[in-house]
Amino acid sequence: MTERTLRAAAAIAGVADSASPTGVLDLHGRALEVAMVREALADAGLTIDDVDGVCYGGMPPGIAEYLGIHPRFVDGTMTGGSSYEIHVEHAAAAIAAGLCEVVVGVYAATPRGDRGRKNGGGRPGPMPGPNPMFEWEMPYGLRMPMGAYALAASRHMAEYGTTSEQLAQIAVDTRRWASLNPRARYREPITIDDVLASPMQASPLHLLDCCLVTDGAGAFVMTSAARARDLAKAPVLVLGAATCTDHSMISAMHDLATTAGTISGPAAFKQAGVTPDEVDLLMGYDSFTITALLHLEDLGFCAKGEGGAFVEDGKLGPGGALPMNTNGGGLSYTHPGQYGMFLLVEAVRQLRGECGPRQVPEPAIAVAHGSGGVLSTMATIVLGTEATQ
Amino acid sequence: MSALLEPPPSDEAAPFWDATRRAELVLPWCAACDRPFWYPRAACPRCLGDDIEWRSASGEGVVYAASVQHLPGPGRDAADGPYVVVLVDLAEGVRVVGNVHDCAPDDVHVGMRVRAIWHPLSDGRKLLQFAPQE
Repeated sequence: MTERTLRAAAAIAGVADSASPTGVLDLHGRALEVAMVREALADAGLTIDDVDGVCYGGMPPGIAEYLGIHPRFVDGTMTGGSSYEIHVEHAAAAIAAGLCEVVVGVYAATPRGDRGRKNGGGRPGPMPGPNPMFEWEMPYGLRMPMGAYALAASRHMAEYGTTSEQLAQIAVDTRRWASLNPRARYREPITIDDVLASPMQASPLHLLDCCLVTDGAGAFVMTSAARARDLAKAPVLVLGAATCTDHSMISAMHDLATTAGTISGPAAFKQAGVTPDEVDLLMGYDSFTITALLHLEDLGFCAKGEGGAFVEDGKLGPGGALPMNTNGGGLSYTHPGQYGMFLLVEAVRQLRGECGPRQVPEPAIAVAHGSGGVLSTMATIVLGTEATQ
Repeated sequence: MSALLEPPPSDEAAPFWDATRRAELVLPWCAACDRPFWYPRAACPRCLGDDIEWRSASGEGVVYAASVQHLPGPGRDAADGPYVVVLVDLAEGVRVVGNVHDCAPDDVHVGMRVRAIWHPLSDGRKLLQFAPQE
């Protein structure tokens, strides 16, 4: 079998996202989704008539109908927060194979605004019916999802000596980035002591180890690399993409200190032909501080067990050696429930040089690494500028 | 545990739940692999074989991971205060979820040796729980 690769076959041509310092957005449901699609298409210099593919974490026909299109490629992959990285992977494959030319992916959720709303935000709730989680986990009162991540943190600490101070450093550096983003939910600088003094939620995780609950939405537009070169913005090439699902329930995760990122990360890097030390920006899903620390190890930015020492010098923050989550992350920017879309949007904007005060100097390669469920499904997307082709 | 959320029993786990009524811990074993698996399901998660035997387990295990819940999780009451949720590696080689009783939640740690105890449910079944080994 010949070696197949998606490297630089497709590009992200347009992006959009929406978030607010109040945590609440005016729009919700389909109206918010359509606004994001419209904005991402305008960013790309395309119109809805160009779109022949749709990615949506759930049932794509509903949004396709609402947009008034008849896509010949649909992907409804739903793995939680990493869904949107997987959508990019599948869209790149579909474009490379000639199944379609222009794919739009969209996500919106408004858990904060929905609190005062009668009919919810327009996304279906969890599946009803028999579920192993109800039978084998829920009776024990584990707070979800933070309890699952707390168990992983407890294991990482016991196995590798990782400390609460080291985890807190990630929250501190992420907040430093958020202070440079006027749309971030929280911008006031915090210290390690602030994190440790915030209320314990599920030990060893404090409140400031945990992501936000905010409204938020975003979209991307993808097309072939060739077509993207004729559009409004410089194309951001999909250089590598890979996924791995490890488990669904946290009690079914074999090694709580090692994620499926050890599979998806190296596979995506290999496809892209890059190594971790060539990465200029890591957008690593930070549902909790421990989540981001696990990504650093599992993607190979440092050795297994050394994540705590790796982050201690503040290298993840502004001016540091490995800028991570420059929009302020799920910890300080926005987290509507499935944050993966925002990883992609920020990576694209950074590679285009559009990020103003928080701009990383001339980045060429960015990684968007999504984590879905309870450390369940990892998806790694390596993105690059034209120069990396 | 005044507001305990009681687990809905699946058909595949009926032998497990029946045994709990006698305060007995049994695990599903794949006859082909001659190994136990967890959680109970229609086929062995290694070979998909459906020749499943139920064998008694020692009830002894080691805490694999632990987290103290400082605010009440599903089905719990704030009045009960913080409680610890653990993953326990049973001696037979499967990992289960539990709470640890008979000691302070913060004293529970990774590597701690525990033994099975049972908490009564409203329908006569019992919920697997743990206590420190003497």
